[in-house]
Amino acid sequence: MAKNLPPHLQELREEIEGYARGYGLDFFDVVFEVLTYDEINMVAAYGGFPNRYPHWRFGMEYEQLAKGYEYGLSKIYEMVINNNPTYAYLLEANADVDQKLVMAHVFGHGDFFKNNYMFQHTNRKMMDEMANHATRVRRYIDRLGVELVEDFVDRSLSLENLIDYHSPFIQRKPRARAEGEGEATPHVQGFTTDREYMRGFINPKEYLEAEQKRLDEEQAKQKRFPERPERDVLLFLLDHAPLERWEHDVLSILRDEAYYFAPQGQTKIMNEGWASFWHSTIMTQKALRDSEVIDYADHHSGTLGTRPGALNPYKLGIELYRDIEDRWNKGRFGKEYDECDDLRARRSWDKKLGLGRQKIFEVRRHYNDVTFIDEFLTAEFAIEQKLFVYGWSDKRNQWEILDREFRKVKDKLLHQITNFGQPIIEVVDGNFENRGELLLVHRHDGIDLQPDYAKETLRSLVSLWRRPVNLVTRIEGKGMMLGFDGKEQSERKVEL
Amino acid sequence: MSLKIKQDHARFKNIVRGRIKQNLKKFIQKGELLGKRGGETVTIPLPTIDIPHFRYGHKQQGGVGQGEGEVGSSLGPGQVEPGKGQAGEGEGEHVLEVEVSLEELAAILGEELELPRIQPKGRDRVVATRTRYTGVNTTGPESLRHFKRTYKQALRRQIASGTYDARAPVIVPTHEDRRYRSWKLQPLPENNAVIIYMMDVSGSMGDEQKEIVRIESFWIDTWLRSQYKGLECRYIIHDAVAREVDRETFFHTRESGGTMISSAYKLCQEMIDADYSPSAWNIYPFHFSDGDNWSADDTRLCLEILRDRMLPAVNLFCYGQVESPYGSGQFIKDLREGFDGQENLSLSEIADKEAVYGSIKEFLGKGK
Repeated sequence: MAKNLPPHLQELREEIEGYARGYGLDFFDVVFEVLTYDEINMVAAYGGFPNRYPHWRFGMEYEQLAKGYEYGLSKIYEMVINNNPTYAYLLEANADVDQKLVMAHVFGHGDFFKNNYMFQHTNRKMMDEMANHATRVRRYIDRLGVELVEDFVDRSLSLENLIDYHSPFIQRKPRARAEGEGEATPHVQGFTTDREYMRGFINPKEYLEAEQKRLDEEQAKQKRFPERPERDVLLFLLDHAPLERWEHDVLSILRDEAYYFAPQGQTKIMNEGWASFWHSTIMTQKALRDSEVIDYADHHSGTLGTRPGALNPYKLGIELYRDIEDRWNKGRFGKEYDECDDLRARRSWDKKLGLGRQKIFEVRRHYNDVTFIDEFLTAEFAIEQKLFVYGWSDKRNQWEILDREFRKVKDKLLHQITNFGQPIIEVVDGNFENRGELLLVHRHDGIDLQPDYAKETLRSLVSLWRRPVNLVTRIEGKGMMLGFDGKEQSERKVEL
Repeated sequence: MSLKIKQDHARFKNIVRGRIKQNLKKFIQKGELLGKRGGETVTIPLPTIDIPHFRYGHKQQGGVGQGEGEVGSSLGPGQVEPGKGQAGEGEGEHVLEVEVSLEELAAILGEELELPRIQPKGRDRVVATRTRYTGVNTTGPESLRHFKRTYKQALRRQIASGTYDARAPVIVPTHEDRRYRSWKLQPLPENNAVIIYMMDVSGSMGDEQKEIVRIESFWIDTWLRSQYKGLECRYIIHDAVAREVDRETFFHTRESGGTMISSAYKLCQEMIDADYSPSAWNIYPFHFSDGDNWSADDTRLCLEILRDRMLPAVNLFCYGQVESPYGSGQFIKDLREGFDGQENLSLSEIADKEAVYGSIKEFLGKGK
């Protein structure tokens, strides 16, 4: 399928790569492949990989991409995957100016993949890993039949967002305790003193009681299963659900892939912004020929266009990087600047520090979307970019603009991207009611779950756990426990 | 070259068509392909299967957007996709949106819903011709001389023969340089068509029902326009009495009265008699209601009008029944009983917005 880069593209590539390295971008070796639109649609449907396990949803993606292309509604003209070497695809039919833009954009992504901290734990040989996954799933299909395996994949996919998006960076589980340690019921000693008469004074009775209670609770906690709420529901299922060997393998494949893709979802704004920043910088400062200006401008504006109801990550990202670069060039940061209320002084603030470039390189290494927005989205920026909060109006039966106030915009935006925009669901009890039932809790943060979807997802959970599954959540302000026992859905009120 | 994905693709298609994996049937949604036409966004149905996840309820969620607009102003349909943009694993895909013309939209719709092309009524068609200036010729009447092309030709000749002097740019066209507009006669098949929209605006028809009618008529309009040149539209609203209105009023009026469907049918028939002779016109009456007619007598009257006068004259009569919290929905049953097996009568029940595309298919799938 791969075609070697034709000589003129090879020349372009060397030229652009030179510029990119010249600006200090640092990336793994990049392998460009030229694909026809049909092939690029396929690769895109597979999430960027030439080889995935068979599943209808890739066919669905393909259908949408292919239809979109055939009807002239949309076309993909660039794909890049996080791997070492980094793979990127060029659309055969693109004009040279587009190819240059795409290459510049790809080097931006490549640099981001290599350097951003979120990607440090990702598998850099995912190309091979995905192919292995495909082989394993195919083998199960050959042995067990497509229906059985596909059904299991469908159900597992319905749980694929139940992973702990931060787990590569946080050690949530204490190290395994040695056998026998901490078994005996602890007894409170209180502070020790060699003067016996002081003991009662430095260890008042209330303190001792409270301390004893805390220790007892600690003890009780260790008997709990799981010991503390587990966000990586998939891991919990892998460890404790009564799965067949092949089921276990398929589920762990899906979990691996979910973790591989997770950082990309959590750095969408930063990653796209970074790549756009660099394609725009490289193109406008170095690579663009006079005759190409119009086409470049057309396509550049196409990718950065905004629609009222959907935030364009390319646009938001590139503007934020530009804003940061500008602020650090002019020294618009720190206590002095923050505390300056004189609007005129603020506007003309320029200390000529020239730290901008250095700062954005630093930012691209140490932040993800949440921290990026949290730290660098300023009130001025929100006004300049005309950001607003929208919501559904029941009264008028339409989506409408609710607010332009900075605080609300920022809160909403942060909420939208926290935990990957997914509700936080934890396993709290694997032996609920002492009947081997599973109890999950939805950490409600102001927005209800979509009830019909929640019920269907419970069904998928039951089919893996093989015992009834319950979910505590809040619906319209009231605590609710949704349950499914394999036959019937149940709903009952609970106190939260 | 065959691609690996074709297998997955075929499997997906089979699921959508309901051949395999019935358990996924309930997750099939009418996904949308977005296209832009002018300032308006229109959507084309594409089925997708949504695997259920724990996720936030859409309407409560809202989101952050970017652009002009006062607080409280509407974002417009098709603009909002909360939850999207975050999910999805395909990293670094550039997607470019482009505008589509109405003709293209109709073609896409036709293809997606597998609509047959309409066979106009088989009568001797009056074929008119139209003159179109389509080309340029070296001969022709002076009145059609194409000044610019003539001039260009002269310039080209002078430059080629070296008689052009940039400092004294004098261009003299000779006889051979002259260019004339030329024309072609295009036969215009004159199959005129008229759509007569009728809508029940009685108290039981709410905003949501109207929205359904609006979407459905937009697509019907688009499709029929692609099939006929010179499509006319007439609009009738009725509660207990019927009157003709303009398009704007049609979609925005809300009355509150009883319902006498026969009033609309009478008015429609009068319109046909007065303006649209069945021998020259392809006639498409569409009627939307919640099916709650006033009395059995009135229903009988409706059936009579349909049977004796309207159905013989029209290409296709379509009745779409929108579900409303109040309507009894009796009327569609009456029609079904009255006209079992009637060729040019199409009935469809439209439960909600999702059902619109299916309903369009029911209406227009006959190729009448």
